[in-house]
Order: sequence, then C-alpha cells, then structure tokens
Amino acid sequence: MTELPLIGEAVAVAAEPRLAGAKIGVVTFPGTLDDRDAARAVRLAGGTPVPLWHADNALGDVDAVVIPGGFSYGDYLRAGAIARFAPLMSKIIDAANSGAKLPVLGICNGFQILTESHLLPGSMIKNDHLKFMCRDQVLRVENNSTDWTLDYEAGQEITVPLKNQDGQYIADEKTLDALEAEGRVVFRYVGFNPNGSRRDIAGISNAAGNVVGLMPHPEHAVEVGYGPESLDGIGGSDTDGLAFFTSVLNKIVGANK
Amino acid sequence: MPRIVVDVMPKPEILDPQGKAIVGALPRLGFTSFSSVRQGKRFELTVDGEVTDAILAQAREAAETLLSNPVIEDVVNVEVVEA
Repeated sequence: MTELPLIGEAVAVAAEPRLAGAKIGVVTFPGTLDDRDAARAVRLAGGTPVPLWHADNALGDVDAVVIPGGFSYGDYLRAGAIARFAPLMSKIIDAANSGAKLPVLGICNGFQILTESHLLPGSMIKNDHLKFMCRDQVLRVENNSTDWTLDYEAGQEITVPLKNQDGQYIADEKTLDALEAEGRVVFRYVGFNPNGSRRDIAGISNAAGNVVGLMPHPEHAVEVGYGPESLDGIGGSDTDGLAFFTSVLNKIVGANK
Repeated sequence: MPRIVVDVMPKPEILDPQGKAIVGALPRLGFTSFSSVRQGKRFELTVDGEVTDAILAQAREAAETLLSNPVIEDVVNVEVVEA
C-alpha cells in the first residue's frame, strides 16, 4: 500500500522496496490510542505493519513488535499494570527473552507496559509538576547500537513529540548506575526535563538491546509537514522519528550500515 | 461477607507528587497542622464464604504481583475485615 503525502507538494520519504517483507506487529489494547500512527510509521518506513490484538494467544510470524501509546485500561491501578497480564503480553515477553531476541519497542504507555512486564527496569510515576504535558521534545541518542536506533548517529539530537502525565522515570540508584554503565540509557532529554525523570532519562533498553522503551513519540514524527517544526512543511525535524522504524526494518532484512 | 483489605503505599524514598500537591492545598483551607502527606491505595477483596489460609495467601500474592509494583510501592497491610 502506497502512502500519499498529506501535504500536496511535500514528497514522502522514499521507502526502500526491499524492506516490505519485514513484518512489524502493532499491539492494540482496550484504550490504546496510537496504534494507527505506529502502523502508519511502519508503512512509511517501508515495512509491513501487522495488527495484533491483546487477547490473541499467538504472535504469528511478525519480525518485531511495537507496543504503542495510549491509556490501556484507562491507566487504572497503575499505567500499564493490567495490560501487562494480557495473553499476548506473555507471548511477547517470552519472544523478547528467547534466543531469537524479538525486537520490541514500547512507546509511552507501551514503555510503562514494558516496565510493568519487567522487560525493562524501573517504573514511571506521575510527572513531578502533576500536569499532562504535550510539547516538541529534543532528545539525544545516547546509544545507537540497539535494534531500534541503528540508523541514528551516536549523540545525534532529534526532536519528537512528547505527551504524557505519568512520565517521570524512576529507579533506585543502583539500577540507574547499572543502566549508565552498561550503555542502556538510550535517550536523554536535552535542554528541558519535562517530567522530573531521574538523570534526564527518556528511554532505556534491555541488556541485549532488542527491547527499547521511551516516553516520547517517534511515530508522530515520520511525515513531512506533520512532525515538529513543520511550519514550512520541509526541512525541519518532521521525520526525526522515522529512523526508529528503518533501524529495525534494516536489521530484520540484514542491511544496517 | 468477609473482605480482605490490602493497603499499598508509595515507597518512603520515592517522592509522592500527589501527596505533595495535597500538602500544598491543605493550608489554603486552614488545615495548618500537617507537614507532609503521602497518598496510597486501599483495595477491598470480597470473599464468598470463609477466609481460609489459602485464600489469604492468594490475596498476599495478588497484592505483590498485581495490586502493587514493588519498584515504587510497598504492600503495608493485608488484613481480614468481617462484614
């Protein structure tokens, strides 16, 4: 399926046909909001999105999984706490921990679900200022060797939207020190810490680098004219999030630079 | 019918943003005697019939696995309350 650019004259980033065989599952829970955007991001990056339903008992033949943002189960109990026990999540946890090391990306509520699943350490609590916040956020790519960051430069600064209420990343000092020492802090907030996260951490990975979670939303910055700095529609950081998806697609087809 | 009450509190070392907001609001209403507030959660699990040791053990396990997140919260109380 070809995506038409949403702005008339703007040219969509050309997706590479050889990536189309890579299938990325996008999970929908009751209350998920950003599954359509995540699927669109996969398509724009050249891959094939596969809708997955939380109550399914099998992952099918997907090569990677995105757990998108939203408010699964209304954030009842704790953000991500109930979604974590969905039938499909146990399949995802097994596949992520297996020898095959299924690449898994958790965005926002997806990140919260990954911490509740213990695929990633720490937890998120309410923003230190207690308000929902929505803004274009600058991040630094601290580790470009995870499955989801291979197409970024180390130290590259990118701008993607951020929108959350429970976005304050916390973990004990020992865990934070270990994350830093092992290079598992993948993204850090630059210029402004929007939620009080410890050590400006915006995203982390597991030890193997196949599981990545972050609070900001790369899937909302994949299209010219509709990402941050999109006033002129061209030349901003509209598509800074696209490399998440090309990274994993290239990895799947064995073509990372 | 008896209920099992489970109380969950944020860990002491974790700043409780909600408690902080509440303690800020109290003096505006004239409640000036309170220097800090921490907000927790209370769960009431209703049991059909007698609360056996096995059922209480189940409640404790549920408290540790689902009702609380050990990274940020402590289960501070699990007790049986007769209706």
